[in-house]
Amino acid sequence: MLDALLELAWIVIKILAICVPLILTVAYFTYAERKVIGFMQVRMGPNRVGFPLPFIKRFHLLGLGQPFADVVKLLLKEIILPENANKFLFVLAPVMAIAPAFAAWAVVPFSDTMVLADINAGLLYILAMTSLGVYGIIIAGWASNSKYAFLGAMRSAAQIVSYEIAMGFALVGVLIMSGTLNLSEIVNAQRGGVFDWFWWPLLPLFVIYFISGVAETNRAPFDMAEGESEIVAGFHVEYSGAAFAVFFLAEYANMILIACLTSLLFVGGWLSPFAGVPLLGDTILGTDGIFWLLAKTAFFMFMFLWLRATFPRYRYDQVMRLGWKVFVPITIVWILVAALLIMLGVVVRGS
Amino acid sequence: MNTVVRYFKSLMLLELFAGLSVTMRYFFRPKFTIRYPEEKTPKSNRFRGLHALRRYPNGEERCIACKLCEAVCPALAITIESTQRDDGTRRTTRYDIDLFKCIYCGFCEESCPVDSIVETGFLEYHMENASERIVDKQQLLAIGDRFEAQIAADREQDAAYR
Amino acid sequence: MDIPIPQTVFYLFSFIMVAAAIMVITVRNPVYAALFLVLTFFSAAAIWLLLEAEFLAIVLVVVYVGAVMVLFLFVVMMLDINLAPLKEGFVSYLPVGIAVALLMAAEMLVVVWTRDRFGPEIYPVPAAAEAGTSNTAALGELLYTNFLLPFEIAGVILLVAIVSAVTLTLRKRSGVRSQSPSHQVRVKRDERVRLVDIASESPDGRSD
Repeated sequence: MLDALLELAWIVIKILAICVPLILTVAYFTYAERKVIGFMQVRMGPNRVGFPLPFIKRFHLLGLGQPFADVVKLLLKEIILPENANKFLFVLAPVMAIAPAFAAWAVVPFSDTMVLADINAGLLYILAMTSLGVYGIIIAGWASNSKYAFLGAMRSAAQIVSYEIAMGFALVGVLIMSGTLNLSEIVNAQRGGVFDWFWWPLLPLFVIYFISGVAETNRAPFDMAEGESEIVAGFHVEYSGAAFAVFFLAEYANMILIACLTSLLFVGGWLSPFAGVPLLGDTILGTDGIFWLLAKTAFFMFMFLWLRATFPRYRYDQVMRLGWKVFVPITIVWILVAALLIMLGVVVRGS
Repeated sequence: MNTVVRYFKSLMLLELFAGLSVTMRYFFRPKFTIRYPEEKTPKSNRFRGLHALRRYPNGEERCIACKLCEAVCPALAITIESTQRDDGTRRTTRYDIDLFKCIYCGFCEESCPVDSIVETGFLEYHMENASERIVDKQQLLAIGDRFEAQIAADREQDAAYR
Repeated sequence: MDIPIPQTVFYLFSFIMVAAAIMVITVRNPVYAALFLVLTFFSAAAIWLLLEAEFLAIVLVVVYVGAVMVLFLFVVMMLDINLAPLKEGFVSYLPVGIAVALLMAAEMLVVVWTRDRFGPEIYPVPAAAEAGTSNTAALGELLYTNFLLPFEIAGVILLVAIVSAVTLTLRKRSGVRSQSPSHQVRVKRDERVRLVDIASESPDGRSD
């Protein structure tokens, strides 16, 4: 009995070891977003809120305290329950949004040995979890009993379901290349130089996967679900305070997940890009490790912000056209190409 | 043929990369932002900020209670009451400006024959109670004393155009 | 005391599943019904996981929960369902309903209650698969060897269903002012913008 409890405690500790850094990353991702977008618009971004230090007055520290100020503000605000809202579902919706966003991290391997649950169907599990996130949005939109929220939820649901197909097909390409559903083995199948990583043989799928990921997380330029200028804030227009913060957390956790998955599936996860290079390969840069995964993830997270700062929002019919008429056909063709590449021996697994 | 080229071009995402490169260039540009309390933009000497009543160098107040400013004020923000002082000169007993009514047009300053009421370049003031919006004569004179050097310099600079 | 964990989990999930399934047909609000159906699917997936059928379990979640039920909810939320007319004629349909229910119950009883045909004695618990076996791979191997033809036929049937669904909804209406994104993205600058050189003029009519 004690053994079982200890094992349970150990698992809980491991879960916390993933979730706590994840939440902190989300906090600083919001800071990075404001900073990066500010910089791209030739502004400073947040630069006021620092940490109170005893001796140095007005110690702003580049605004690094901003996320905590935001969190405190959101948590202290009142959660307003609209009069005609469906109270139960209204409160349930944020939970439905955040649970899959965090649950998906269970199977994400951070290095050769660091993984919470090394399951065989890891990729399928992630696909299942990401497809569940849409419930939070739909329920939020419906339970709010608000037209804007409902429109946002409808848009978001249709969009997520559509882009999931392109995303799934892009993953099929990875499966064909790696021959396994286990995420650790997928990374190991990319062993070799930079051009052995799957981004090169699967270049179109790589691009499509990332763009679909952006659409899947309802981020600009695919943020029709929020569409500030058209439907004020979309599905979470009626949410305030902590409930809104939870939606926020879920959205950003999903973004980080997509960034992390892109680096795992297409650009070699924790593998070093300098592995085979003569000079650099012998230094610390040549070794594989979690820092490579973190660096790649950070790059893709930056891409999210970069895209948001660059492109205007799509019109809704254009989004649907892109998903169904462009991405799906390209992915289907490239799955065929990928199969041929493997069959003809052009690409060899784990060379 | 054209169609093929067009498809190929759009699949290369050339336009997207062009857009991304623009934002990346701006990312490294020096920023326009002025960090306000520490840095400030230059201000015109004609800037119309908080009001003040001036004095002559010998300490005598300039205002002679002619009430031209009160008459010209389009927002009816100025209230003046006057009396005869012991030395026979006419002086104000009350000179109130309602800062909420004031539209900072500067007509009072223009109309003043003795350059008494002026608008200083000072803009960083606030009030915590609604009643503080009314500044009385003593406060206005105090403001004038505080910013006299700046007020004089600003008027000096502008004198050639008056 | 030793709690048999798999059994506990099984009973927990089957209880949730049955309860949710009952709620699906009893609850008034169609949105609630759809959400309870989601819960039913989810519990079923959990039970399949206990049976080491992880591929089927996850596919159930991906396909039914992630896609089909989303569309269901979509429709149910969009429709303004008035419950009163739906309840009319409940009594007249009742006999047929009861008959069908009884028939199904009888069929299930025939299978389940006949001791020598069903039960732990006849179907012993299969040995647990050794760690590392992927039943996704096993399933794929079966589908693409032994059952290739049925699998392909199923695929073709689904394809036909897709094509027919598309043709059913595809209708050309005249007089509709719709936008065509593919035309719009094909627009080139030269077709829209004409740069004209105009000499600048000063007020007295003299051009410089």
